Amino acid sequence: MRLIARRLLQLVVVVILATFIVFALQKARGGDPATAVIPFGSAQQRAQFNKDQHLSDPYFVQYGKWLGNFLQGDMGKTYNTNQDVSDLVKDAAPVSIQLILYAQVLALLIAIPAGVFTAYRAGTKTDAAINAIAFGLLSIPAIVLALVLSYYLSAKWKIFTTPYVPLGAGLSEHIQGMVLPVVTLAVGQIAVYMRLLRSDMIATLQEDFITMAKSKGISNQRVLWRHALRPSSLTLLTVAGLNFGTLISGAIIVEVLFSLPGIGQLLANAIVQVQYPMLQSIVALIAIVYVVVNFLLDALYVVIDPRIRHARSAA
Amino acid sequence: MTFLGDSSAAQVETALWEAGPAGKAAKKRLGVGAWIALGWIVLVAGSALLAPILPLKDPQAQNVDLARQGIGKAGSILGGDSNGRDMLSRLAFGARSSLTVAVGSILLGLVIGGALGLIAGYYRGKIDTLISVLFDTMVSIPALVIAATMVVTLSPASTKGGGTHLNRLLVLVLAIGVVATPLLGRITRASTLAWSEREFVLAARAQGSKNRRIVFREVLPNVLPAMFSIALLGMAIAIVAEAGLALFGVGVNPPTPSWGNMIALERGSLAQYPFMVFEPAAMIFLTVLGLNYLGDVVRARFDVREGGL
Repeated sequence: MRLIARRLLQLVVVVILATFIVFALQKARGGDPATAVIPFGSAQQRAQFNKDQHLSDPYFVQYGKWLGNFLQGDMGKTYNTNQDVSDLVKDAAPVSIQLILYAQVLALLIAIPAGVFTAYRAGTKTDAAINAIAFGLLSIPAIVLALVLSYYLSAKWKIFTTPYVPLGAGLSEHIQGMVLPVVTLAVGQIAVYMRLLRSDMIATLQEDFITMAKSKGISNQRVLWRHALRPSSLTLLTVAGLNFGTLISGAIIVEVLFSLPGIGQLLANAIVQVQYPMLQSIVALIAIVYVVVNFLLDALYVVIDPRIRHARSAA
Repeated sequence: MTFLGDSSAAQVETALWEAGPAGKAAKKRLGVGAWIALGWIVLVAGSALLAPILPLKDPQAQNVDLARQGIGKAGSILGGDSNGRDMLSRLAFGARSSLTVAVGSILLGLVIGGALGLIAGYYRGKIDTLISVLFDTMVSIPALVIAATMVVTLSPASTKGGGTHLNRLLVLVLAIGVVATPLLGRITRASTLAWSEREFVLAARAQGSKNRRIVFREVLPNVLPAMFSIALLGMAIAIVAEAGLALFGVGVNPPTPSWGNMIALERGSLAQYPFMVFEPAAMIFLTVLGLNYLGDVVRARFDVREGGL
């Protein structure tokens, strides 16, 4: 219980610090929203705009107001089109979540069998070859991969030409539109996950209980998948969880490169157009999601590895 | 592997860092791959350093005959971009800005993050908690967002259009350096934690050495290879980060070329003139590959756990 309380406190601190830093950075920025929104307005109009948007209030008052509203689900409005940011986020979030989830699932689907296989065949030529490929994949920046994929697969060979459509509007079009972004995002993760699982699996396979299982005549398949995989998956899980942060960063780039209407695109617009409320709310949201995911993962360990539960209660 | 007492994030980063392709087999000699990687990095760094005195065309000179000409055409080696500027010389000068940003930002991150990581890992306790929360906070905002916001914040040049090229490079160094700090800091902290528990540290303490001496003479030399290895990986990430920022229009200021802004500039003509985009993309890929490989070799060579303890 104490551990959970500590993590919850940490969660709150992280979110407050994160949002405040973004807030301070935004304030320090020279750009003046009033000039950006009403470029030909009079000084009076600008003053009115600043007053309406509470931009002339002191720092902490502005931050406090924003935080209060945010906690009630009100993310403010965009300056130029006066839309609710929460509406924009609601529209964009599914796209990003789909992108990240698909990429995560695809990466794990390829990485887990590959990791188990290379661990089983550790030291052989196949193992070395797969590792070399993984290393190459890891070194392809998303930008480069996106450019190569979109040139060959959509511009040249015209295989994936569909733009993004929501899941509801047709499954096959949806998949068509998502293939390239998802692959771009997943490729780097495949290599990371595979290598992690491989090194943990190799360690597990040398343990006594594996020798025991083998000596009982249990098939290799069963030993690998039922006995060895679970204790080896701890690091993988942690990384997969922590990677949501990396994936969010990656998703921003991928969304911009493939023009997907997701949170990344919103964020890019917010940065370019100096939209304080939008930028801040989105960043706060991402920080919260990130910290909560980590928190849940920590709880998940306890389920997966009972030794942690015992060791922690002993400590 | 335990997940006790230490923040899982730091554990994971060490785990990630340990799972490299050079693997557990530390070699006494550098392999062919390492030499190729080293050769490529030296070539790129050399042409970046010497770009002004190499027999290259002016990277800003616009020649209509060269515009959108492919590789080897119109008297060029790597063709010309849509403004008729020589691609080869732009790539060399682009290496100059891209590498400046990468090296500068990682040095900055190493100095700040390394110092904080050493302090946190060696002293532990409250100061460790404080620094760890700081790092956790910094990594809970997407790095690209912090960096982009910082670049926009810190460079008046972006709003006024003018501004000097050096200015923007400095700003990029600062922005990417700040986001690199927690990553380098966490690795340093994790490595320091491990080394501080070793017998020779205890021995030094028993002899009555002061903390500062122990940190600098006993712990730091052992942590340095890890920091160096992660710095090489960091540089690779920084090169890509600059390219990402360039996509948002907050990379190196055109017309000064960088690999990132060359991609951003010609991205629209990908379908018609792919070479204009693929050339800088290939430079990024090969350099990242080389840096990653070297980082891995360094890690494998200096990892004591493999050194026959």
